[in-house]
Amino acid sequence: MKRFLMGVVATAVLTTSTLADEMKMAVTTSFHNSGLSDILLPEIKNDLGIDVHLLIVGTGQALRLGAAGDVDAILVHSRKAEEKFLANGSGTHRREIMYNDFVFIGPKDDSASIAVATAATDALNKIADTSALFVSRGDDSGTHKKELSLWSAAGLDPETFGDWYRAVGAGMGAALNTASGMNAYIMADRASWLNFQNKGDLALLYSGDPVLFNQYAYIPVNPEKHAHVKADLALKLENWLVSDKAKDLINTYKINGETLFVFNAEQ
Amino acid sequence: MSDLWNGLCQAFWMVVTLDADLVEITLRSLRVTLSALLIASLIALPLAAFLSVRRFRFRRATIAVMNALMGLPPVVVGLLVYIVLSRSGPFGVFGLLFTPTAMIIAQVIIIVPLIASIAHQSLRELWSDYHDLLISMNATQSQRVRAILWDGRRALLTAALAGFGRAIGEVGAIMVVGGNIDHVTRVLTTAIALETGKGDFALALSLGFVLIAMAIAVNIAIHWLTRTEQEGRW
Repeated sequence: MKRFLMGVVATAVLTTSTLADEMKMAVTTSFHNSGLSDILLPEIKNDLGIDVHLLIVGTGQALRLGAAGDVDAILVHSRKAEEKFLANGSGTHRREIMYNDFVFIGPKDDSASIAVATAATDALNKIADTSALFVSRGDDSGTHKKELSLWSAAGLDPETFGDWYRAVGAGMGAALNTASGMNAYIMADRASWLNFQNKGDLALLYSGDPVLFNQYAYIPVNPEKHAHVKADLALKLENWLVSDKAKDLINTYKINGETLFVFNAEQ
Repeated sequence: MSDLWNGLCQAFWMVVTLDADLVEITLRSLRVTLSALLIASLIALPLAAFLSVRRFRFRRATIAVMNALMGLPPVVVGLLVYIVLSRSGPFGVFGLLFTPTAMIIAQVIIIVPLIASIAHQSLRELWSDYHDLLISMNATQSQRVRAILWDGRRALLTAALAGFGRAIGEVGAIMVVGGNIDHVTRVLTTAIALETGKGDFALALSLGFVLIAMAIAVNIAIHWLTRTEQEGRW
């Protein structure tokens, strides 16, 4: 027994952690999947000496983490939910940083022919009319909320849909995997789609309608509500995110030659 | 099929070249799970021995609950630990959420019932053999517990290894309480979940192969350290 315990203790190697300034920020899966965070984080570390720990969750969970004071700031994209978050006093203010856009993905043969749709709502109507398989995030995330608002703008109610509407209750990547497996239509943010590697028979079919623009906003958690949050670091990070350097990095970030994000913060 | 092959090749290369990220998350996986295993064993094994030796009113109920908790869904444990450790929760002041410590706490809760149940099962049989002897020797309660723990050590090792197996492959709870933060709380299983989400099946699979290889290595190492499965020994 003694030998056994010694063996266990010996194997439990302790790794040391560095003592740089650390803060926690909850971000959406779509932001992280885009790969932009891998560009920005090292620069933030260089310029500010802040180690930003990213918690990659859906917008719904990000807002919950912020409201509970478990993170110092959040970067999400669901305006209504953000305004509610601010109204509750959970955040100090909302700062718009950049936007990207949502796109409609579907099987290459495009049985619902959404490629020729005139608007996003038209594309959704075509899918509903043909009852083509459609995968919904179904996880209360920013993307899911956006999708629901588009359905209602199209005059349709997902509650009444039949079997073809599959709410998977998963993150963007998992939902794309599901759509790829079922050869179904899905709404995704452009960044996640471009970085996604299991495309199978899917292709980008429709994009460009201005209602599909997806605004990212940065919200520091309110230190009056949670005294332990690192408000000073959150402020430093905000100033960096709206700086010319961030603007340059964001605007020039490309995947396969396509620009993903457009910086639109008021400086 | 090509994903499977690519995964194997990639796993091989990452191990051969000692990929820095891979080494980091593998060591973190080991550190978290072995710490959890050590703590859980210290709780579960004496508990199992106590339940075998001692007769008290709620013994049956305790054993039934313990057995039932073996099936505890990790994500529920994760959520409970999250709520308790959250800044808005009762232990929020310690700031433990999204640290390896929180992951260890969650894993301990998950594997204590498993280790205790398996250990209790074998210790109970041992106790039925030893009962008359130990009673006739007038052994005290703690002597009895120590005697069956020591003589049942091989079976207890199996119980502990079962706990290790459940903890090392667990992802639901540590994803919630650890947050899968790069360089802080990312371990093999959460990295696999992340890469699967990105659709990079080859990388996810290769991490999976590393996980399996590591689990086998740990099992062999423990058998070697405790000298079981050798000639002339049971």
